[in-house]
Formats: sequence, structure tokens, C-alpha cells
Amino acid sequence: MTTPTIDINSYLNQDEKKDLLRLLTAGSVDDGKSTLIGRLLFDSKKIYEDQLSALTRDSKRVGHAGEEIDYALLLDGLKAEREQGITIDVAYRYFSTNKRKFIIADTPGHEQYTRNMVTGASTANLAIVLIDATKGVITQTRRHTFLVSLLGIRHVVLAVNKMDLVNYDQKVFDEICAEYKAFITQLDVPDVNFIPLSALKGENVVEPTTLMPWYHGKSMLEFLESVHISSDRNFDDMRFPVQYVLRPDLDFRGFSARVASGIIRKGEEIMVLPSRKTSRIKEIITYDGNLDEAFPPQSVTITLEDEIDISRGDMIVYPDNLPRIERHFEAMLVWMDEKPMDPSAQFFIKHANNTTRVRIDKIQYKTDVNSLQKSSVDHFELNEIGRVVLTTNKAIFFDPYKKNRSTGSFILIDPMTNNTVAVGMIIDKLNAEDLPSRIVDENTLEANKLRIHKGESLISEAQLQKRYNQKGTTLWITGLHGSGKNELAFTLEKELFEHGATVVLLDGSSIRSGLSNELDFSPADRAEHLRRVAHISKLLNDQGIITICSFISPDEKIRNQVIQIIGEDRFKLIHMDADLEFCKKNKPELYEKFEQGLIENLPGADLQYTTPENPTLVLKPENRAQNTRIIMEYLADSKIFPIL
Amino acid sequence: MTEYSLSHLKELEAEAIHIIREVAAEFENPVMLYSIGKDSSVMVRLAEKAFYPGKVPFPLMHIDSKWKFKEMVEFRDNYARENGWNLIVHYNKSAFEAGVGPFTHGSKVHTDVMKTQALLEGLSKYKFDAAFGGARRDEEKSRAKERIFSFRDKFHQWDPKNQRPELWDIYNARVHKGESIRVFPISNWTELDVWQYIRLEKIPIVPLYFAKERPCVNVDGNLIMVDDQRMPKEMADKAEMKMVRFRTLGCYPLTGAVESEADTIEKIVEEMMTVTVSERTTRVIDFDQDGSMEQKKREGYF
Repeated sequence: MTTPTIDINSYLNQDEKKDLLRLLTAGSVDDGKSTLIGRLLFDSKKIYEDQLSALTRDSKRVGHAGEEIDYALLLDGLKAEREQGITIDVAYRYFSTNKRKFIIADTPGHEQYTRNMVTGASTANLAIVLIDATKGVITQTRRHTFLVSLLGIRHVVLAVNKMDLVNYDQKVFDEICAEYKAFITQLDVPDVNFIPLSALKGENVVEPTTLMPWYHGKSMLEFLESVHISSDRNFDDMRFPVQYVLRPDLDFRGFSARVASGIIRKGEEIMVLPSRKTSRIKEIITYDGNLDEAFPPQSVTITLEDEIDISRGDMIVYPDNLPRIERHFEAMLVWMDEKPMDPSAQFFIKHANNTTRVRIDKIQYKTDVNSLQKSSVDHFELNEIGRVVLTTNKAIFFDPYKKNRSTGSFILIDPMTNNTVAVGMIIDKLNAEDLPSRIVDENTLEANKLRIHKGESLISEAQLQKRYNQKGTTLWITGLHGSGKNELAFTLEKELFEHGATVVLLDGSSIRSGLSNELDFSPADRAEHLRRVAHISKLLNDQGIITICSFISPDEKIRNQVIQIIGEDRFKLIHMDADLEFCKKNKPELYEKFEQGLIENLPGADLQYTTPENPTLVLKPENRAQNTRIIMEYLADSKIFPIL
Repeated sequence: MTEYSLSHLKELEAEAIHIIREVAAEFENPVMLYSIGKDSSVMVRLAEKAFYPGKVPFPLMHIDSKWKFKEMVEFRDNYARENGWNLIVHYNKSAFEAGVGPFTHGSKVHTDVMKTQALLEGLSKYKFDAAFGGARRDEEKSRAKERIFSFRDKFHQWDPKNQRPELWDIYNARVHKGESIRVFPISNWTELDVWQYIRLEKIPIVPLYFAKERPCVNVDGNLIMVDDQRMPKEMADKAEMKMVRFRTLGCYPLTGAVESEADTIEKIVEEMMTVTVSERTTRVIDFDQDGSMEQKKREGYF
């Protein structure tokens, strides 16, 4: 046992003053991530002797590093993960140096573990993005950097590892740094640093490098010890989201919470949300004595000069600096659940000690984590990320996540399973009134049912059929753009009219130029557009009128929604079965615009067109001379028109 | 801006208080499990801080295996009385009456029956929907991935594959009837943090942590203290007085002492920093097989 050379009391007194740095390591085992962490822990004497001997035993059994100690084994906790040789969850590691305490969130690097990395990043001050010098900036590097910036980490260190394999060559390092810089400037990361090292050899990890004389910066550990983080918190916007109301007796009413941001000061005038009542801070109480001011992340209890009714979830702020107070807002959402998102479902949102119900109004886009390309989708799967519009049951008090990590973050909970299914970061680029609202709002529907009483027509269905000599029916023509739907629709309309039928034609351009003119071509808006068409068609059919509806209606889900509204017995689906090449030749304009990148969401191109499963009729555009006759015969045979 | 910065201990304290208050706000019937050890003592102090100047709105529960060191039991009763805690002591009555103990039934059966089963019995008896524990992530490999709010099903079981995502400081506290959450407010503390906090806050701890002459028997390299008459005579006869202390506390026949001169916190820390053996090796029950802690946790152990 060695005799300590320092006085233990002075050591403890110094230790007491150290601050805490939480960091995330992004990279895969292949990049030497576990080796780097192992070294930071090992060289700071955290790996205890007995854990090391257990490790030597384990490495012989399942190790991947040959005869050398496999640091990854030391870090991988759970049995199942050990068998597979990859870290699956987020593991937290602790070490300290003479200057600082560190918590490492160690997360796996593969795309299927995006949610784990997002978890680790949520509490981190700093991220180490690991690069293999022999491989350079790869897709994974970009993905990790995107996630780091998405979660608002302000400090990034690019650790260019395995420098030993490229002969500690400055040129390799410089090229990698230049490429990375070009990429990261697109993202919002204020502080970016570059460190060349070899985790395996321990070069430039703890001690400054001797093999890379061209590098004049700090070693990894020196950097971690010195990076300035205390000004990263928001000290400007005072937010005190009441967590717990302390009422030990009738005379005392305290409000407990962590200061989310800003400085809360004794004597200051405050406002309580949502009541907007004002008062002054009387005391800031802690077990260790009252304070004149408190700041994030302190947990304190305050009392007010006046008796105001305040409960958990209310927010105490300064009257001249209010957060946004809205029910309708946008956020970047990360889907965390194995079960894909059901966009029509309701969730609980937990935000700033407040839990309320929420629904997803619209998915603006999905961001591909590898290419950062945006695309339209109608739901998210596990690990998918994108921008959404949400509406809560009651207003929440928030700031944009970029400005305030505490009041800009939330989780979504599935009310059935109670799982945390998604997490979000609020964006406030658009005003609430400019955001699109929900296609079908179950709550409103339920509420409306109480007020709307269906009128009873005095004309019976039989009377209508007798008058028009036809059954009110929807002839719905589906098919790709350019398949000849409209041509058929117009010919059919004329034919029916000439034979004495009462018919109305609905097509995309007529509805979109008026009734649906605010909707775009994304799956969600397309669904809303066709919902409107279906309701018009239903009303007309109710009046005994035949409708011809000509819409691409690209998938079964959309078509089923239409069928539900109109009614199965009077909905006849006609599929214009044309192949894509035919359509492109027949009506090339839109397809060309798509090729030029001017439009997106074109069925058959970037959006899938699903062939209907059970159409009433399937027609080929090549047989255009017969198509109208086939339909007329079908209508006569099934006594839709004419009845007599 | 440096004036608005917290030391690591103050930051960890603020985090723990936030967690404890969150449980009190979100759950109907929480309980704080009290092991009488140093980590529990810190957790209990944090609870007192969280609700100051009010009283802590939940009870303490000690799962008594009936083989704890006498000094622990004495300390427990004094602490609860002096600090006004509502203390529940629960033990597996039928197994105790049947005479289950480590000397007769072995460490595995004893731990399972008198600790794990007794715990589950206690939690079910009082229908607690949340239970605080003083576990730390740096104690053992399988704890490194433990959530702060750790979900347990109706059978109190932990499924490492089915853990809820935990981001920022937003904790999902929703459970169905019969399900529960184990909560670890000092997850992010290290052993050194705990000692440092005890030192700074002057938190009373069981004297067994400090070195003293105690009668000990060497059992396969573990120093087992003779705490009562129940140790088999042929074993107890081999006892020698040794200057020892305990790094962790549990059932006396299953908790090894370490030879030490450290009789103050400062000396303990000094010893800790120069001795490179992690604290759980003095717990006999961990020696069973690789991944044994994970196995116990799946079954409902803390």
C-alpha cells in the first residue's frame, strides 16, 4: 500500500469544489470507443483491481480482442449484450480527476440504436464524436453529429482515433477535420474541437502527445478538464415549473421545484401561469438555510407574499418575460417505441412537471438521420425523427428547445401501455395560427355529436329512385397520374347525361382549386382532401345523384377511409390499370417536374401507388373505346342506372 | 458567470431532491427502502432536505433479514425515533419461524427467502406503488444501465429488455394497478461522493463503518465477525480480535470485514483511494456466478 503524499483533508476540500461534466461518447466499438472510455477510466484509476481480474477471466471466454484486455467487456453490462458483443443500452460511467468529475453516457453507435444515443445526449454537456482515421468522415459520423446538434449539445470534440494506423500523419488529420468542418457548419453547434489520438496506444488521451509534434492542442483528458460549461445554462429567462406543493400545516404554503432557467430572486415580482396572478417572492427556502437567489439546476422551495392558488404544473415567471403559452405548436419528435406511431392516437405529454393529453396534427416531414434529407411520411417507426405539429388539451408553457432545454423538452406516453413512446424538442418558428390543424379530431367529433341532430328528409329513398330512375352511387376511379382517369370520367359523364341520368363529376383540379386549396400533396393532406371529396359524394348520393370521382387515391388506407364515409354498398371502385411507362408517355409534365426536383409526393415516383385489392371493375387505357360501354353495361346489369 | 455554478455534490443533491419530490408528487403510496447502510443514510437525508420545512410524506421500510448486525438494528431504531420517521420493519415471519439462516441454509437460500421474498412480501402487503432504493450505478456492471425510474411488473420483476427511455429530467411515472417503480435518487453518485457528502453534511452512520477491534473468523478469505450466539460454535471458536471495519453492511455472516485502521471518514476515504478493490467484493453473496446481480435483479432484488 502506498502512502498518500497529499493531506487527505485538503484533498477532500478541493474535491468538494469540483464541478461536474456530463459527456456523451458517439461511435462504435470498431472506432475504438470502448477502448477510449476504458483508458479514461483506467488511467484515472477507476477500474478496480478485482473488476480487472474478473475481466481477464471473461475475455478468455467471450473476448474479441485476442490476448489483450478487451475494454469493451468491462463496459458492457448485461448478459445478453455480452453474448452479442455489442453495447445495446445507455451505460453510465463515472470517473474523476483532480480538476473535475465526469459522467460518461456510453451509447452504441449503430443506426438501430438512435434512440439510445438520443437518451444519452439529452443530459450531456459535451459529445465526443469518434472517427477512425483510416476511414475518415463516414455516414455514421454525420448521423451522430446530427443527433448531437438535435439534442442541443453545445460542445463537440471530434476525436480522430487510430492515428497510429496512419503513422500519426498530420495530412490525414487535417483532411478529416476540413471535411467535418464543412459538414458541421450546416448544423447548430457553437463549439467544435478536433483532437488526434490513439486510444489503443494511449497516445494523446491522458498525457499530451509526443508522437504528433505538429499538434499543439490539449490531450483529450486535458480538454475535458478545461472546457468551460458553466455558462451553457440559460440564466436569462426565469422559469420555475412548480413540481410539488408543500403544505405541512395550514400556515405554510411552499412551492418546490428545480429552477429550470434564469435566476429567481427574493423580493421580485412574479406571475403565476396559467392564472396570471402576481405576487412577490417572500422566501427561497432550503434545508441548509434561506437564499437570496437561486439558479438552475438548484432544487428549492419558495413562498409568496400573497395567498395564490397554485398547483403542480403551474409555472412561476417574471411578468416581463413570459414563455409561450399555447396548445398548438411544432416540435422535432424522435419515435422511441418498437410499435410504430399511430398518428390518430392520443398520447399523454409530460412537459415541465405538467401532464396533459396531446394529439399529432400533422407530420411536416421525416428527416433521414444519415443524409439529412426530408421526406413525407404518414407515421414514424422506431428511431425515426421528424418535425410534427401537436395540439395539447390544455395550454402548456414553453420556450423553444434551442433557447431552453428544460422548458423546450417533453416526452409522449402511450395511455394504453404507459410506455414512453416518443420524445420531443419544441420549435417556435411559426405562430400557432399558421400551423395546420388536425384532420380528424376525435374530441371535437365527440363534442359535436352532442349538438348535431341529423335532419330527417321528407323525401324517401324510393321516391328519389323513382324520380331519377337511378340509385345514388359513387363511381370512384383510381389510377396513376396519366392513366386516363379524367378522360374516362368526362366521357362517362357525357354518356350518362345523354341517357338521362343525373350525374355530378368531381375531379382533383376542381376540388383542389377551391375547397381544398390550402392542402398540399403530402400523405396527410391528401387524406384530408379525399375525406372532403368523400363527404360531398355522400351528400350527393343521399340526394339520389350518381357521382363520378376521379382521384389517384394511391393506397388502400385512403380508399378505405373513403369507403367508410360513403358506405360500402354504394361505392364502386374502378381501377384504371395503366403501367407507369404508359402514364409517363401519356402525361409527361408532372413526371418531368419530379425528375427536375420541382415537386415531390408523386404517386408512382417517390410515393407508392398500391393496386386496389377488390375493385368493382378493372379497365385498361388501351381499350378506351370499350371502357365507357363496359361501365354502362355494369350499371344497367346491377340496376344502378337505369332501374327500369 | 462562474458565480452561478454548482459543485458536483450540490448538483447531485439537487438532482436527487428533484427525483424524490417527483415520486411524492406522482405516486399515491411511495416508500423509501432503508438498508441502514451509508447509501441509505444519504438518501434519507436527501428526503429530509426535499420536504423541508415539512415532514417527509412517506414512510421508511427496512427489510429485516433477522441476521443484520446488532449495531445496525440499534442505529435504525434510534435514527427513526430521533428524526421523527415513520419506520416499517418487515421480515419473512414464516421463514424466520422455520429457522432459515445463512449457516443452516446457505447464502443463496437465505438471501432469496429473507431478503428478496421478504421485500416482495413487504411491498405487496402495504401496496406500495413506488419504492426508493439507494443503489448507485457505479457499484456494479449491471447497474450501469439501470434507469432512475425502474419499471417493475405485477410480479415485481425487472425486464432489462423492456426499460422505458429516460431523457432529460422528465420521468415517466405512469403505472397500471399492481405495477410499480423502483426509484434510485443517488444513481449518479459514486462511493467517494457518498463519503464526501456524509462528511460535509455530518450524516450519522452505523459505527461498523469505522475501524475497531472486533472478533472475526476467517472464512475462505472473508473476515466474518462474530455478532451473536447463532454462529456455529466450531466456527466462533476460531475467532480472533482484529482491527477491522466494514465497507458495506448486510447480514453479518455474509458480510466480510476488511482489516483497517481507518476510524474517521477522512481515513476511510484515504484508504479507499489507495486500496484498489471495489466495495461489493466484501459481499459474499456476489460470488455465485457471473451476471449474478443481474439474475437477482430480474427476480426482484434491489
